[in-house]
Parts: sequence; C-alpha cells; structure tokens
Amino acid sequence: MFRNQYDSDVTVWSPQGRLHQVEYAMEAVKLGSATVGLKNKDYAVLVALKRASSELASYQKKIIPIDDHLGISIAGITADARLLSRYLRSECLNYKYSYDTAYPVPRLIMNLGNKMQVTTQRYDRRPYGVGLLVAGYDDQGPHIYQVVPSANYYNCKAMSIGSRSQSARTYLERHLKEFKNRTKDELIIDGIKALKSSLPNDESLSSLMEISIAVVGKDQPFKILDDEETKQYLDRTPPVGPQPSSAAAAPAVPGPGPGPEEDYPERDPPADPAVDVGTMEH
Amino acid sequence: MISAENFPEYNVPGVVKHDFHPYESNGGSVVAIAGDDYAVIAADTRLSSGYSIHTRKQNKLFKLSGTTVLGSTGCWCDTLALTSLISARMKMYHYLHQKVMPTNAISQMLSIIMYHKRFFPYYVSNILAGLDADGKGVVYSYDPIGHCELASYRAGGSAGALLQPVLDNQIGLKNQENVAKDPIPKEKAISVIVDTFISAAERDIYTGDGVIINVITKDGIETRNVSLRKD
Amino acid sequence: MLPFNNGFASPLWHNGPIPGGLYNFPGHNGPASQPKKDYGVQRASQPITTGTSVVGLKFDGGVVIAADNLVSYGSMARFQDVQRVFNINNKTVVGAGGDFADFQCIKRYIDQKIIDDMCYADEYEMKPKSLYNWLTRILYTKRSKFEPLWVDIVVGGVEDGVPFLGHVDLRGRSYQDDVIATGFGKHLALPLLRERTETGKPIGRDEAIALVKKCMEVLFYRDCRASPNFTISVCTKEKAEILGPFKVSQNWELAKSVEGY
Repeated sequence: MFRNQYDSDVTVWSPQGRLHQVEYAMEAVKLGSATVGLKNKDYAVLVALKRASSELASYQKKIIPIDDHLGISIAGITADARLLSRYLRSECLNYKYSYDTAYPVPRLIMNLGNKMQVTTQRYDRRPYGVGLLVAGYDDQGPHIYQVVPSANYYNCKAMSIGSRSQSARTYLERHLKEFKNRTKDELIIDGIKALKSSLPNDESLSSLMEISIAVVGKDQPFKILDDEETKQYLDRTPPVGPQPSSAAAAPAVPGPGPGPEEDYPERDPPADPAVDVGTMEH
Repeated sequence: MISAENFPEYNVPGVVKHDFHPYESNGGSVVAIAGDDYAVIAADTRLSSGYSIHTRKQNKLFKLSGTTVLGSTGCWCDTLALTSLISARMKMYHYLHQKVMPTNAISQMLSIIMYHKRFFPYYVSNILAGLDADGKGVVYSYDPIGHCELASYRAGGSAGALLQPVLDNQIGLKNQENVAKDPIPKEKAISVIVDTFISAAERDIYTGDGVIINVITKDGIETRNVSLRKD
Repeated sequence: MLPFNNGFASPLWHNGPIPGGLYNFPGHNGPASQPKKDYGVQRASQPITTGTSVVGLKFDGGVVIAADNLVSYGSMARFQDVQRVFNINNKTVVGAGGDFADFQCIKRYIDQKIIDDMCYADEYEMKPKSLYNWLTRILYTKRSKFEPLWVDIVVGGVEDGVPFLGHVDLRGRSYQDDVIATGFGKHLALPLLRERTETGKPIGRDEAIALVKKCMEVLFYRDCRASPNFTISVCTKEKAEILGPFKVSQNWELAKSVEGY
C-alpha cells in the first residue's frame, strides 16, 4: 500500500484490476475515531467516540442529524462529511417538500452512492475521504447503512468503522443474534460496549464528553442524546474486560499518512505483489 | 382578421393577457390575542369558494414550532405553498443555527418571503402568534406583500374588518373611560375570541362551521375546538 | 436557487423541486410567460375536452371514487367511453375531472413514477398522501407560471391502514375531507353524501358504493354534461379495484305526464 506506478490518478487501473487511489481513500476512514451503528426491530442507534484533535481544540462532531428520520455518524475527513451531509439534507428537504413523506432510506443511500461514484471515475476528482454509518427509520423499519469512499454502500445489521474498529466489529459479530430482541436501552448499551471494546486497554472513557449517542426509530425522531442522558447510559454500561484476541488484535499504530496498520480483513483484496514496490523499470 | 397584430396603435409592448385567474378567495378568519405569558390564536374551519363550501373542517393554524403558530387564510393554494416553504426554510435554519427558530425570527422571515413575491403576491392574510424570547405573548400581523406589524391583538381574514373593532373594544379597551387596563387573563381572551367568531359566523358567509383555538404557553400548545353555525 | 453546489461540480440535483422555486414541469426551461413578440403572448387557457363531476367518499376501511365515462367537447358528448377513475397502485386511486388532455399529461408522469417504484424493487410505493402533495405542488407551480393544467383531481387511497381522500384543483388548492365532489357534483352530490356522513355512523363498503351510485344517478338526471355510464374505483387495505362500467337505470315515465311529450 505504498507509492507505485499505478496510483498516479484515480482513473488508473493496476494490472491486478485495482484502483489504488480509491483504496487510499478507504484508508482515510481508518484515521477517524471509531463509531458504531446497530439496530433492533424498531430502533437504530449510533454511538461514536469523539476525540479532540489536540489538547487545545474542542471535540469533533461525529454525529450529524440529516432529517427527522435519518442521521449519520462519520469517520474520516470531516470536511468531506459536511459536504455529503449537506447533500443528504437538501435531498431529504426536497423530497419532503414534494412528497410530504420521509425519503426512503435505501433510495437516499443509493443516490448518495451514485453521487460518490462519480469521483472514483474522473481524473479531475478525488474520492470522498470519509466513511459514513447511516441510521434511519422508515416504512420498512430501522436501517443501518455503511457508506465507504469507494462509493460502495452496505446494508448492515450492525457495523463499526474508524480507527481500531475491528474489535468493535468482533463484539458486534459475537452478539449479532441478540440485538434483534433488545430493548432500545439495551441496544444503546450494546453500542457503548462495542465502542468501548475498541479502546486501547490502557484507556477508558474518562468522561461522557468523549462519547456521542444518537437514536432513531418508531415514534422516535432522530435525536442526539444530551449529556445527561448519555451519562445515564454510560453509567449503566458494565465495564468491559480486556478484549479477547481477534483477527485484528495486532497493536494498532495510527501512523501519519496513508496506511495505518489496521485493515478490514474481510474486504481487502489479496496483496498485490507486483505493485508493492514501484520501480521505474516496468 | 381581428387580432392585436393588425392594430399596432392599440398594442402596448409587454402586455400579457390571460383569461385565467390564478387567485381565488377561499375565505376564513383568524383572531389572535397576546397576553403576558400566553398567546391565543384561532381560525374558523370553513374552506369555501363563493357559495360552495369545500370542507367544513379545514385547520388553518400551522404549528411552526413549540412556541409559534401561524394562522393563514385567503387564497388557499397560496397558503399551502407559503406554509410548506416556511417549514422547509425553518428546517434549514435549524441545520444552520442548531436551534429552533424563535418567534421573532420567524416573523421577520415571513415578511421577507412574502415581499419576495411583491409583484405576484401570496394572496393571504397572515397572523403569527407565539411567545418571544422572554416568554411573553406576541402577535404579528401581515398584509399580502409582507408588511409586518407587532400587535397585542389582531383579527384578519374575510371577517377581519368585522372582528377588529370588537377586539378594540373588548381587549384594547378603546374609547372607554375609567376602565382598569389590567392584563387580560387567558380564559377571558379565549372567551372573547369564541364570541367574536360566533358573531362573525352570523354576518360573514365565508366564516363558520367551527373554530380551532391554539393556546400557546410555556408548557406547550393546547388545542380546543368550538362549533359554529354551519349555514 | 440555493447555494447548495460548489463551483466545480455539476449541480447535485436537477429537475427536482427546490423549496420555494418553481418546477420545470413538464419539460419547460425558465419562466414560460416571457413575451416572444413585442405584443406579448396570449395563451388559450381554457379547457377543451372536459370531464364533469368526480365523487369520492370515505368508508370504514377504504375509499370509493366514482366518475362517469364521458369526455365532452364543449356541449358535445364527444368521447363516450373514457374511464376517468384510475388505480395508480394497490393503495392509491385517482379520479379526474376538467381538461382530460391535461390530466393525461399528468397521468403519464404518475405512471412513470409507478414504473420507477417497481424498478427500484424495494417495496416502497407511492402513497396517496405523497401523490396528493406532489399534485398540489405541480399544479400550483403551473398556475404560478400562468400555464394552468385545467384539472380537478380527487386522490384517494389507504395509507398505513387509514383511508385518505383529497381534492386538488387547477390552482393547486387542495384539501382533505370524508366526502369530496367536483364540478356539478359539488352542488348535487355533496349534500346527499354529507347527509349520510354527518350522522356519524360508520359506512360499510357496500353502502358507500350504493351511495355514490345514487349520486351518479342524480348527476346524470341533472347535469347536462353527464352520461349514464360510470365507473367506480374502490380502494381498501387489501387492494384497489375498478368496478363497472355501470349504467344508470333510467326511468323516464315521468316524461309522459309532461304536456306535449
């Protein structure tokens, strides 16, 4: 995943059929702090870790409300997320204005995917460097979608993205079958637990200012919980022990530049030896 | 061939002639009274054109926020267009400022939206009632092209001219000597409003069937219904 | 209209409604009322081939909409077998009065939306309230451009198990009620229907059909632009169906008592 001769432009294919620039953009998601999305029969929940970019700065906003039935949680380049959220908001607003109803979540995400795809096919664009978890509720119940910079989107039962999120995904996979029958409160606590498991062992959620929770569902417009409510859920969450080793339990070293260590093992294509080291001789 | 082209001296450039009338009066009246810690706004429920009544249960009060209600009558299609535009714009405000639009901001925005169509106006009579930043009741009234005026009580719509003098007397205590200008209790305001509508229904054929009253206090918006004569 | 686009990218969204902006519908660019000649423009904006009344009624668990099968050309009964009530999908029905060409124009757009819905294959469907709101916005926009689509549309259906009935006219004036009639039906059918609904007792499907049939009979006798053949659309939670064509069983015995018959 380093410089090679096939990554000069987003439109350049590698002989192995890969678009390196797009894959680099996927890495940007892993630089953002972790966020978790999960759902039961009637609710979809987003839980996000909000971290300050420096001691001197305030926390980055991780959850963005889009409409009464929909919100997103982001990991990656916040500025790109702002643009996408503005697009989603105006789409929802226009849809509501013409049809007096909430935009069906799958259709909205499909259109978002179509918009993002354009940037992966034109030399004068770059892919959006942000991953989204979308929590929405419509006629067909709650939805969790994952949207990635390659313009793919995945309809998920539960998902986590962002730095060190593999441990959170492991947690979600382990408990996937239980979510369906969870109450709203239990679901939120599950989300917190999943997120907590992605923290390094020597860290913990020192204050409630570090976590952001949003919920949407039946008779529940999209709502970011306030500090008081967040604290209640945080207090009710039992402490998580050290996470059992998993596929990605390798120590995460969030390094600068593209290519932090953590990967999505299930999605990453096989290694591409021919382009591992780019040489001018080829 | 008798057409405009053959009589150049009668032609005025730029004149567009249409035999279609985009406006229609659909009647209806609104009354609002503001108190120290409340605002009451009421509108009748008859939607009509000329002598025919389209529906007897049309709510003409639009809840814009937890503290603001708009009463809008006149050309109903304009009311619908205006109110759905307002709700879209209020959502945009919410995104931009991360807070619900306060009553005074709505009143200003409404004026601007209305004046924006100065030369093809929304043919509507608007009255906006709500609580201001201090929790005090306020009433704003508008003309069709966006003139906005802060008042403490106002009647508008098809029976506006009939009802305003009643309010002047009962609420404004105009032309009365030796009267105590005490604050008007909420229930008194509501009963005056109901009485004005009963009177209006007697004389105005475009007002009747029922009244929907919204009482806005810091605790929320309470809705009450009163029946009026249906003929 | 709104600064939603950055300078580089092509617009994020075209052809859609911009809140507060005017629709480009159908297939027009920019304000249509721009005078082309010095003398300005004059547009024939009156209906040409027209359908008369549409009658709609809510009942317990559904709605029924009826209209006769005649499309007139002025006073001539020009097209005598044209159905004017339609099932849009299995939860939305419409009845059309006014200029029939204008309605057919709108209908093509609606049909395309239904096809789009099917192509998505995601089980979301146009609901009556959505169609009603869309029609309101479309017709209002057209009237604001002084290009009215001269129609009177009754939208009915069942939304989330609750019956829906609404009326939109050529100005984009819309309202919902338990009983709706357009055209002559406003004067002749509405009192008959209101008489029944104002009792407050629930109306069954069969009674509702019988009521609108009675209305169509009265309308045939008294409305010179009505025909004895009519069609009824019934929409319940289960399905939307078209009944008919029915024919008013006419009785002209009375005429024999008229002097000079």
